[in-house]
Amino acid sequence: MAKSIEAKNLNVYYGKFLAVSNVNFTVAPNSVTAFIGPSGCGKSTVLRTINRMHEVIAGATVQGKVLLDGEDIYDDGIDPVAVRRTIGMVFQRPNPFPTMSIYDNVAAGLKLQSGRTRKADLDGVVEKSLRSANLWAEVKDRLSKPGAGLSGGQQQRLCIARAIAVQPDVLLMDEPCSALDPISTMAIEDLIRQLKKDYTIVIVTHNMQQAARISERTAFFNLSATGQPGELVEMGETPKMFTTPTDKRTEDYISGAFG
Amino acid sequence: MADGDTATQPEGSTNGAAPARGGNPFVPRGVGGDGVGLDPTAPRALHANPSVVGSSQPLAISAGTPSDAPPVLGAGSASVGSPRGKVRIGDRIFLALTRGASGFVVLLVSLVAIFLVVKSLPSILDDKVNFFTSSEWSTTAGNLRFGIAPLLYTTVAISVLAMILAVPTAIGIALFITHYAPKRVARPVAYAIDLLAAIPSIIYGIWGAAVLAPHLAGVQRALYHLGGFPLFKDRNVPTGSLFDGGVVLAIMILPIVTAISRDVFERTPRENIEAALALGSTKWEMIRMAVLPYGRGGVISGAMLGLGRALGETIAVFLILSKVSNFSPSIFSGGETFASKIANSASEFSNPESTGAFIAAGLVLFVLTFVVNAAARMIVNRRKDFT
Amino acid sequence: MTATLTAKPAPASHFAGPSGSRRFKNGLATVLVTAAFLVALIPLVWLLWTVISKGYHVVTSASWWTESQRGKTFESAGGGAWHAIVGTVEQVALCSIISVPIAILVGIYLVEYGRGAFAKVTTFTVDILTGIPSIVAALFIYALFISTFHGARAGWLVSLALVILMIPVIVRTTEEMLKLVPNELREASYALGVPKWKTIVKIVLPTAFTGIVTGVVLGIARVAGETAPLLILVGYSSNTNTDLFSNFQGSLPTLINDQFANLNHATGGTAYHLDANGNRVAGAVVNYAPDRMWGAALTLIAIILLLNVFARFIARFNKIAQ
Ligand SMILES: Nc1ncnc2c1ncn2[C@@H]1O[C@H](COP(=O)(O)OP(=O)(O)O)[C@@H](O)[C@H]1O
Ligand SMILES: [Mg+2]
Repeated sequence: MAKSIEAKNLNVYYGKFLAVSNVNFTVAPNSVTAFIGPSGCGKSTVLRTINRMHEVIAGATVQGKVLLDGEDIYDDGIDPVAVRRTIGMVFQRPNPFPTMSIYDNVAAGLKLQSGRTRKADLDGVVEKSLRSANLWAEVKDRLSKPGAGLSGGQQQRLCIARAIAVQPDVLLMDEPCSALDPISTMAIEDLIRQLKKDYTIVIVTHNMQQAARISERTAFFNLSATGQPGELVEMGETPKMFTTPTDKRTEDYISGAFG
Repeated sequence: MADGDTATQPEGSTNGAAPARGGNPFVPRGVGGDGVGLDPTAPRALHANPSVVGSSQPLAISAGTPSDAPPVLGAGSASVGSPRGKVRIGDRIFLALTRGASGFVVLLVSLVAIFLVVKSLPSILDDKVNFFTSSEWSTTAGNLRFGIAPLLYTTVAISVLAMILAVPTAIGIALFITHYAPKRVARPVAYAIDLLAAIPSIIYGIWGAAVLAPHLAGVQRALYHLGGFPLFKDRNVPTGSLFDGGVVLAIMILPIVTAISRDVFERTPRENIEAALALGSTKWEMIRMAVLPYGRGGVISGAMLGLGRALGETIAVFLILSKVSNFSPSIFSGGETFASKIANSASEFSNPESTGAFIAAGLVLFVLTFVVNAAARMIVNRRKDFT
Repeated sequence: MTATLTAKPAPASHFAGPSGSRRFKNGLATVLVTAAFLVALIPLVWLLWTVISKGYHVVTSASWWTESQRGKTFESAGGGAWHAIVGTVEQVALCSIISVPIAILVGIYLVEYGRGAFAKVTTFTVDILTGIPSIVAALFIYALFISTFHGARAGWLVSLALVILMIPVIVRTTEEMLKLVPNELREASYALGVPKWKTIVKIVLPTAFTGIVTGVVLGIARVAGETAPLLILVGYSSNTNTDLFSNFQGSLPTLINDQFANLNHATGGTAYHLDANGNRVAGAVVNYAPDRMWGAALTLIAIILLLNVFARFIARFNKIAQ
């Protein structure tokens, strides 16, 4: 189930532009890791290299390795589509498929991956995923209504349900709460704490309290100047990162000196 | 050709080695070994496992896969080794389809050009008079005497006349819709102008010939008595003059010029408009300062597209214009355009030689509209670079 | 500040308006712009009024929708447009069956795949297609199928010429609609481990569906009134011919054209009309061509405007536009 992630010497490019340089980190299975740092330092970019979403952007390339339980996902012969089945992703803005019902949104991954799945199986997976996403109670009576009709917070939990319905090992979240109100944010944070039991979670957040509340480890990204590549400054246990960081830049950022 | 296509983008640039180590989570689950990375040139042997390569038995679902995972079948997910990287079979087929359709369209246009040239060239070579300067048109087999000078003149004159009438009006309507009319009025007006575009040309033709042209006779008589210069001389047709045709063409191209002008006027950046108003400009001064300069490229390209439309318009011109035996440059005289000439003569397509003459006229029309449209596109594209 | 000529100078305002000439220009511009709009409405209203008022009583007779013009001349009453409607519908249907899939695939290629040289060539080609005059498209089909392969003039050749005119319309709308589909949806799908082609077929296309349908309907409306290819590629027949592949075939535009040719017939010479036995009887001038022409025009306009309204109606359900 949950797997470990290890990044080795990652250099990430958009065309010729080096967006992030020399990133190394490890993430333990069944843990929550937070990526923090100022805008534009490459948090999303690094996150997207973990499930090879980076390369759907034209001209984008990656150097280095990302190991999932020791297996390099960038190895020759590895199918990126299969990588993404194993490593799911939730985006900043909730993006349910507008043409699909709530049910179909959750079932989308399975249906589109295989093309033929028995209805009974599907019903089970949909319910289980919606329950895991703490959304079942709110939508069970309107599964055939459009997913886009839900509130922002519900939509985001729908997207989480959609992501976990395909049974990934890892869940990547890119600022999943930044478009949501505080109540919905709390709901998602609760959810993340529960999901940790089954998944390895990496979450990008701008909200340092959030990072402190939900993550075991925190990675601080920074960039020395605009136009320079972003880098991973320091990574450690979350309580320690927020109280006694080793790097001066982390301390400045945490204390609100910049960013 | 396919360099740059993004078909393989999501799949990255990896080579198709056999992904066969037991428990590899990225091998599409439950897929048979068929077609999975059999590329013998695969440079990396790390994962090559002879016992699995080429085997038809399904790859084992690894222990790492949740045992309660629903059966995920590999439909459309079999990967295929290729020197350029792995592309799923489904993706390959789909890309081939879309690229094939594009190839068909490219081929179609090339064929249009090639056939027009090939079928007209023998007749042009056989032409006893100068193809570009002669005003004769006789296509008797064995004695081809045809030139396009009057056709070219009439086509261009009638289209330019249409432009002169349509473009200022279109700019006015576009400004009215975007900056003068209240929203409640602007919408239906825009809708009505779009309706003009939907009316088929043959209807403009019969209306222009049977209803409008008789009413224009008075206007023409007045202008004719005013001016002494060649454009206004020779009132040798009762109705069906270039002037009649130009007016109807103007009505026909009005919607397209209006639509494009409206589009660019609407996009004038708010900051520019507000900056102009903050300088104490009147509405008109604001339009001259902010809206018109911003929209100029768009208006020009809209006008060019309208011109292209006018040059190629067939049936309306065919129905409206009166044929005349002696060519006259006056806009109050009749005449024939490339398109109306060809349409008029469909019955003369009896032998290859005379048909070739008409195809030659079609070729010139094709080149003419192509040049005008290409110029319009260039203006549009150059503008894009700036914004 | 400003010198006022009135006897009792009003207290000078801090907000003196624009000078007289500036105000005049502004007013003039307003008048001209409004006039331009009114001028443009004249032909629209006039044309629609002509067609409706002259064609109305023709299309309201039942035989108009059920009978052909078989055996009718401009001197004989009755008959209908059925043969023409059949021809137009068949020709446009065949054209659509060919154009729609090709054009949608090209649109998909340009938006979802195309980045390299071939995509540039394709875009350029579609631009050229957009500008090809219908008469040139017709000449090409003539040169290819009749001059070269010695085929006979028939309805299907018209369909082929219309394909050339219809493809660019649909390609352009498909492109625009696909570009409107937010990239986030594609990414969400990829992130679920869905291959690209399935993402396009199951996520992108359904999202853009109504927009593409709108484009198709507009494309149909665009070619349904085309006349030039009909003049060159198929002869007009006043009998109903359902066979696209042989013999002449009527169609609404050529029905109009045929009546137009007879428009002024009864004006010269001795006036007469035909009696019940087909004998010429001197007296009242009877020419049924104008009625039929306006009736056919109204029929054609009605079909095309209905298609346009239908297209706009569908566009309302566009998921992305909301
Ligand atoms: N699609 C893209 N194309 C080119 N450059 C990009 C793209 N996305 C992000 N970048 C650049 O990469 C750098 C990192 O961006 P991002 O990963 O989005 O930062 P963060 O998520 O930390 O705010 C920035 O300089 C940004 O401009
Ligand atoms: Mg980001």
